Amino acid sequence: MRQIAIYGKGGIGKSTTTQNTVAALAEAGYKCMIVGCDPKADATRLILHKKSQATVMDLARERGSVEDLELDEVLLEGFKGVKCVESGGPEPGVGCAGRGVITAINFLEENGAYTPELDFVFYDVLGDVVCGGFAMPIREGKAREIYIVTSGEMMAIYAANNISRGILKYAQSGGVRLGGIICNSRKVDKEYDLVSEFAVKLGTRLLHFIPRDNMVQKAELNRMTVVEYAPAHPQADEYRDLAKKIAENKNLYIPTPLTMDQLEGLLAKYGFLE
Amino acid sequence: MLRVIEQDTEKLIEKIIENYPEKTKKERKKHLIYNDPECTSSICQIKSNVKSRPGVMTSRGCAYAGSKGVVWGPIKDMIHISHGPVGCGQYSWWSRRNYYTGKTGINAFGAMHITSDFQENDIVFGGDKKLEQLCREIREIFPLAKGISIQCECPVGLIGDDIESVARKMTKELGIPVIPVRCEGFRGISQSLGHHIANDSIRDWVLGKVKGILEKETPYDVLILGDYNISGEAWSSRKILEEMGLRVIAQIPGDCTLNELTNMPRPKLILVHCYRSTNYIARYLEENFGIPWMEYNFFGPTKIYESMRKIAKRFDDKIVEQTERVIERYKPLMDSVIEQYRPRLEGKRVMLYVGGLRPRHIVGAYEDLGMVVVATGYEFAHRDDYERTYPELPKNSLIYDDPPHYELENFADALKPDLVGSGIKEKYVYHKMGIPFRQMHSWDYSGPYHGFDGFPVFARDMDMAVNNPSWKLIRRKGR
Repeated sequence: MRQIAIYGKGGIGKSTTTQNTVAALAEAGYKCMIVGCDPKADATRLILHKKSQATVMDLARERGSVEDLELDEVLLEGFKGVKCVESGGPEPGVGCAGRGVITAINFLEENGAYTPELDFVFYDVLGDVVCGGFAMPIREGKAREIYIVTSGEMMAIYAANNISRGILKYAQSGGVRLGGIICNSRKVDKEYDLVSEFAVKLGTRLLHFIPRDNMVQKAELNRMTVVEYAPAHPQADEYRDLAKKIAENKNLYIPTPLTMDQLEGLLAKYGFLE
Repeated sequence: MLRVIEQDTEKLIEKIIENYPEKTKKERKKHLIYNDPECTSSICQIKSNVKSRPGVMTSRGCAYAGSKGVVWGPIKDMIHISHGPVGCGQYSWWSRRNYYTGKTGINAFGAMHITSDFQENDIVFGGDKKLEQLCREIREIFPLAKGISIQCECPVGLIGDDIESVARKMTKELGIPVIPVRCEGFRGISQSLGHHIANDSIRDWVLGKVKGILEKETPYDVLILGDYNISGEAWSSRKILEEMGLRVIAQIPGDCTLNELTNMPRPKLILVHCYRSTNYIARYLEENFGIPWMEYNFFGPTKIYESMRKIAKRFDDKIVEQTERVIERYKPLMDSVIEQYRPRLEGKRVMLYVGGLRPRHIVGAYEDLGMVVVATGYEFAHRDDYERTYPELPKNSLIYDDPPHYELENFADALKPDLVGSGIKEKYVYHKMGIPFRQMHSWDYSGPYHGFDGFPVFARDMDMAVNNPSWKLIRRKGR
């Protein structure tokens, strides 16, 4: 079983990319599970064709405690048997969402959600690594492999660099590695070149460049992945390609985060700071 | 008259800290001095109120302990919620011997303990709703409680619960004051910040907000501030003041009601007992209501007479005369106590390590019995506490700030005191060392030690400890 965590700036397309890639992996015959680590609980919507209301923490709140839950109440199956679970958590502005992620993952472990026949477990983690809770998927020998989704936009690159600093910490203490950078294109000038060089400077590589296509949006409105909604569309092949690269990826790196000066220099080189 | 102890304290300090690693040695050295009351230079100042070094065994508490345990806890007709997981509440339940009158569940709630008992869900989703529910339940189960205070434990601050808005909402809904106190334990470096936070919450949420009753004012109104009524000693102080002809309109916070808190801006003079934990609100009252405050010390006859006369001078001749009559009345009793115990205690050496005021306030009581305080120190004092301490002690006595147990034990070994006075965390070590020990936080379940009522008890207890023949039967191994 390979456990993989997907990080990246908020709104960059982590959930969309993860679900499409997982759909492609499932299509190819792999057994997959997605663990959504975000109180918004929208990491499995395209696989389940609905927004999962039965998140671990919501049900725990309803019942009084997480001990009162059964695994099958929160572990749902969607497209091609992909298993889906959402940690859930508080509404914005109250409580501690990070603790919710910790509680939910502990629950999954204790209740045997990680069955031996699984080939891949994907953790789709909220925005930045803001506190210890959101680092849970890469702690204590869970996900050993991380992919960062970014675009060529400045703030997305900043976020990716920042996330690498978090990975570096756990790389030293727990053997977590960076598998590569996935560029979810926003059609920024010289995007491919910028992200490629950024990846190299980070000590990794650009694993895949996903072009921008409206089909993604269209499929999403229909609560489906492109792989399911328009299997013959070229965009579906992009995700199949990415899935294949991840499945075959053997190159795992300890990231070398850039300093602020280096980062700004890089952005200047590609015309951001003229 | 300058009192001097013949001991080379400076050399002793050097010897004790020798075993520390370089960095610790350098740091701890600043927290250990030999007393020179005549020295005004900063070299003679002890360093205080900084973080304890990691790795040493300190006796300090936390901000929650300072607020819930010390300042708010004794307010008897309110319910104090330990807001957070159950442990802080459980272990601070009824452990301080702050006496009060009243009937439990009717007009006194000190024996009750209420906690919101945070569970995982409360951390993840926030504890606001549970807190509201808890306030409503308190109102229902204890309809006679005059108010509620919310004492925050660490997780509440970590998850950023908005307890202030809950407090405002519940104050309105329930019709009794609900007071939020942000005393999360991780704030500050000792219980001292908890005192400050508690003082501020009284200022912000009680004064001017809660309507109190005080039918009339008299020219002789005083207020006791910072007496926690440990084993009832605020009562023995109150008795003296009343016999002097003064009217005590509130004793805060020992045996105190919420209404007494609202009387804070009403007296002619505020009498501060524990300066450390209440000076903040005293200064506020002085600056904003023009009420003067002064410190007093009712430990041992010398200090009692001195303080009584100092207080009386703030009032008219009638009070001054009456005060002299009170002193005349009690002097024979005090003299007889000294006559009885002094021969048994003369020259005995005392080592103290306590909290807010006792390391300096009790010195006079020991000296009345002919005993010498050779070493003293505080857990959480600030510079101004130490400045009040130097003149009280003999020259060359040892002063330590936040001493780790390693230092205390080794100082005890070297100084060979006849009595150690400290707390429950220290007690049994000295028992095993065969050194007579008295708890000076709780008075070892005895007391009171304050006032004319207290001194005979104090003298008896010290004699009982020091001259107890059983200490000689203890055989110490390895030393």
